[in-house]
Amino acid sequence: MILAIKLAFKNLIGAGLRTWLNVIVLSFSFVLIIAARGILVGWDRQAKNDMTDWEIGAGQYWNEAYDPYDAFTLNEAHAPIPDVFADEISSGEMVPVLITQGTIYPEGRMQSIQIKGIPPEQTLLELPTSKLDTATGATPAIIGSSMARNNKLEVGDYVTIRWRDVNGTFDATDIYIAAVFTTNVPTVDAAQVWIPMDELQTMTLMPGEATTLTFGDGDRERSDVPGWTLKTYQALVQDIEDMIKTKSVGQSIFYTILMLLALLAIFDTQVLSIFRRQKEIGTYVALGYTRREVVGLFTIEGAMHAILAALVGAVYGIPFLIWFAKNGITLGVDSSDFGITMSDTMYPVYSVTLVIGTTLIVLLATTVVSYWPSRKIAKMNPTEALRGKLQ
Amino acid sequence: MTNNIIIQTKNLTKRFPMGKGEFTALKNINLGVGTGEFAGLIGPSGSGKTTLLNIVGSLDTPSEGEAIVLNQSIGKLTAKAAARLRKESIGFIFQSYNLLAVHTVYENVEFPLLLLDYSGSERKKMVLDALDWVGLTDKVKQKPPQLSGGECQRVAIARAMVKKPSLVVADEPTANLDAANSHHILKTMVKLNEELQTTFLFATHDEKVIGYLKRKIFLKDGMVDNDVTVKNPKS
Repeated sequence: MILAIKLAFKNLIGAGLRTWLNVIVLSFSFVLIIAARGILVGWDRQAKNDMTDWEIGAGQYWNEAYDPYDAFTLNEAHAPIPDVFADEISSGEMVPVLITQGTIYPEGRMQSIQIKGIPPEQTLLELPTSKLDTATGATPAIIGSSMARNNKLEVGDYVTIRWRDVNGTFDATDIYIAAVFTTNVPTVDAAQVWIPMDELQTMTLMPGEATTLTFGDGDRERSDVPGWTLKTYQALVQDIEDMIKTKSVGQSIFYTILMLLALLAIFDTQVLSIFRRQKEIGTYVALGYTRREVVGLFTIEGAMHAILAALVGAVYGIPFLIWFAKNGITLGVDSSDFGITMSDTMYPVYSVTLVIGTTLIVLLATTVVSYWPSRKIAKMNPTEALRGKLQ
Repeated sequence: MTNNIIIQTKNLTKRFPMGKGEFTALKNINLGVGTGEFAGLIGPSGSGKTTLLNIVGSLDTPSEGEAIVLNQSIGKLTAKAAARLRKESIGFIFQSYNLLAVHTVYENVEFPLLLLDYSGSERKKMVLDALDWVGLTDKVKQKPPQLSGGECQRVAIARAMVKKPSLVVADEPTANLDAANSHHILKTMVKLNEELQTTFLFATHDEKVIGYLKRKIFLKDGMVDNDVTVKNPKS
């Protein structure tokens, strides 16, 4: 085996430019696959971090009637905050949020919104709720930049909102935009208006009630509480994971095309080698190799393209990937419009698993395309091969 | 003669498929070649000499009959056993040298020893000895494309002889060489035959080679036409 590797390496280097062209093309695949996969990993990490910081903490309890994908559940999705959570709430380790449906009337237009009540003194989530702790003639509110842009609202603006209380009676008031925050998490921004918790409880006639309870301590043993369903961190990030998996599948098509181009060149080289190097194949057999061993030799030779590509890729790829990780990629579009958690500039994250995994995939694929044409050697007549006669 | 026979064929016949029928390249060949012989299969193109040489070299198998080389029946050997026989006991010299172009002279000659798992120091000594036999110790670092035809064939001889095989088969070894180089090569082989008692079996129709043979086996249409022992060949 060591002899075959040495021999294959020698043959490969001896083939000169042809080898290096294949290696360079394959190394592009290496670097681009790692960079592209790194973006997905980085996105996954950044999205989860942002969701943790802005919305879900270490997990949540949902009122059992609450379904974020069904606005009609909001009428029923509220209940008194269980006493069991009193300590956590008072220590700031848990944040209750009351959610109700409403309508906003910016500049005479109207738009459906969710009005969310949150304690201004909370610090668990990054929402700038301290801005709600202000004395104005109207109810203070904070909104996200996407919401502000879409409704042409700015800090200091007054705007009318309307809602229904627990009895179904409509009521309306003016809110004062106390702050506009920027976030990558669209579910706390798009069509969301955050006001003080106690004010919303008063407005809706739901004193001491909440829809969700977000906690910061993920290590504590937790279970469902009557009327409230525990949503673990994993369950809450499942959607983003599923979406990134979907993206990953789409990206795999891109990798496959990239890899196919590189592998096609190697396949072509192998086919050519087998036709051009018949005498050499015959000589190996005459010197004591079995045909199967020659197949092995040619397969190793082809597969070694991947090893050389990894080395060549490392030479220019490592500096490039480091630079890319530092500077990221700016999409140039407003990601808040996508409705998914995504920052404007995405920074790739490379893991050892990613690099080793990519190397193994490329090595395996190269070995397969090298072995495929090499099988022909096993059927060759060595006496014909020695004479260089095409078979 | 029975004790030192290393090649024995019994009613050896070889047929090749040709179109819808078959072409018989060798017909009932009965032959014995002893240790240390310097023999040649002589005949025109198509007489079957290369086919017989390939069977003796375990690169091919008989269609009928038997070929026993170094006490092993070629037709019954597995691919692995045939490869082992070639690796350990048979050296090959080809008309077009068949050197590995990307390897140096040293590496080409070393190759058979790598397959036999000799240690580094043993290999070095044996390679340099072999290159000394053919007078190429000053070319160890050169590659085949940098050598003349005569030098390439001398490298091929060194490669065939380096493991001191019992048998060397040479297929038209001088066909691509001029007269001076041919004689130089042949004298080298005669010297090795005499010094190492290696059996040489040639396939040739080159008069220069024929002049050096101690035994001439004439083939015609796949059959042995004549078998002559020469008392005073060139040396």
